[in-house]
Amino acid sequence: MIKTVYSKGELVAKTGNEVMAEAMRQIEPDVVAAYPITPATEIVQIFSQFVADGIVKSEYIAVESEHSAMSATIAASAAGARAMTGTSSQGLCLMWEMLYIASGLRLPIVMAEVNRAISAPINIHGDQSDTMGARDSGWIQIYSENSQEAYDNMIQATRIAEKAKLPTMVTTDGFIISHCMEVVELYPDADVKAFVGEYKPERYLLDTKKPYTLGSIDLQDYYFEHRYQLAQAMRDSKDTILKVAKDFEKTFGRRYDLYEKYMLDDAEIAIVVIGSTAGTAKVVVQELREKGIKAGLVKIRVFRPFPADQLAKDLAHVKAVAVMDRADSCSGAYAPLCSDVVSSLFMAGVITPKVVNYVYGLGGREINTGHISDVYKTLGKIASGAEESSTQVEYINVRKK
Amino acid sequence: MSAKMIEVRWHGRGGQGAKTAALLFAEAVLATGKYIQAFPEYGPERMGAPVQSFNRISADPITIHSGITNPNYVLILDPSLIESVSVTDGIGTTGKVIVNTSFSADEIARQLDINTSQVYVVNASQIAKETIGKDIPNAPMLGALVKVIGTLDINGVLEDTKSKLMAKFRHKPEVINGNLASIKRAFDEVKN
Repeated sequence: MIKTVYSKGELVAKTGNEVMAEAMRQIEPDVVAAYPITPATEIVQIFSQFVADGIVKSEYIAVESEHSAMSATIAASAAGARAMTGTSSQGLCLMWEMLYIASGLRLPIVMAEVNRAISAPINIHGDQSDTMGARDSGWIQIYSENSQEAYDNMIQATRIAEKAKLPTMVTTDGFIISHCMEVVELYPDADVKAFVGEYKPERYLLDTKKPYTLGSIDLQDYYFEHRYQLAQAMRDSKDTILKVAKDFEKTFGRRYDLYEKYMLDDAEIAIVVIGSTAGTAKVVVQELREKGIKAGLVKIRVFRPFPADQLAKDLAHVKAVAVMDRADSCSGAYAPLCSDVVSSLFMAGVITPKVVNYVYGLGGREINTGHISDVYKTLGKIASGAEESSTQVEYINVRKK
Repeated sequence: MSAKMIEVRWHGRGGQGAKTAALLFAEAVLATGKYIQAFPEYGPERMGAPVQSFNRISADPITIHSGITNPNYVLILDPSLIESVSVTDGIGTTGKVIVNTSFSADEIARQLDINTSQVYVVNASQIAKETIGKDIPNAPMLGALVKVIGTLDINGVLEDTKSKLMAKFRHKPEVINGNLASIKRAFDEVKN
């Protein structure tokens, strides 16, 4: 029999989209502005139903595009409201210039994002190209392996964003998690509301007693300082994320970190991966461990800020590492996660692990335990010196001709 | 994949409720205390087109998130799919197929070119017409699946389905009773 982790928790069968909407209902932000897009549509559809039914007091703004969705969310947040939105893929692309405005103005907006491939060719399925493209936009990025994490991450994101004064996106893998019904433990409304707390912005535009200017021109004299402060806020937010995680664990019992280490401490070979594929890889790690092979896994939960220092320490003893990207950067070099992992290692003076970069799963292409077993097999050969590590990006389950 | 995990594939046609069946089945199995997954295959969505949906059930937490290629059980809501879709893909020599049909297991086994011991039949359409009043075979197929798996508690499944239907069809008690009766009848009538 399944048991809850939290004494007052309730086990339900829900999809990733349903639990993200559920978290939004419990958080009950002042304003939600959104435009529907597959596979994130249900999140705002369900939430708008909560608004229509009077279940939440939130103001729902049905806008005519994602650019307007982000603009309205920014305006609401600047005015002093707790504001949220949700989108995916092309929708996130259309928000692009406004993403930078949100972070530049240091507005604690929370976005429920469902990872989906980017056109062209048009494809509605899951990969992480959309949010990987937004990785330098000054948004905190928290990825979820499953629906439980999506729910827990949404609850934590509100506090993280407001403390760090940085917009925060929480993501799930499109369809794989957004439309997969799983067992999720929900917490009572009152407990979630108490954890999230009331939003008390330090400064806001509707505070007529303390008027201030937001978004003014900023040239050679101060622009650089403001951008430095933004980058510094991102670095500092690691502590905030960890503090919120600690408090979350104390309250609801589930433990979160910047990344999850799975059988890593004595691992000789390891995969670094983001999102739902980590769950599939865990099955492979278990199988390999039963055979006595020292395989491990790192699941990146927080990609922005990137946990560089700690990750370098935790990977230092591993002989061969595969960094698996569900996005390709078309950079002529390596994919986004690999670039960050390798620079983290090198900058920390960790040069022992051999690193291979794999790109997988674009446009929802299947990634299963067989593919992941093959990666570990290759890592084993590299670790033993039987094979050289590839200096090229390797592709999993793709037809090259 | 853990040896104890059960994987299920549903074949139906758009509009027949293959997706709903997988979702209902998952919720009902959760109510009996097991971990579950239910997910549909997303392709072109149109009435009548062949569609698939999937379930995983396990006593342990399910972390795998890949597709299901070697199901333990395959349910065929529309027997005409046997001719157009490779419904037995990946079932090997141990997977079981449950078909909504008036034909015998022997006859279906010959059509599918598999061993009769792998085939179960139930006239889910007939049951649905007699209990619900419409040819919606998904609820009875759910009952047949519970029977063939053998380790699930049919009463737990019926109770959970009842509470789900109560929430949705408060004002139509005949729908609730019809669906429950269809599940129970298919549970009793499915045969090898």
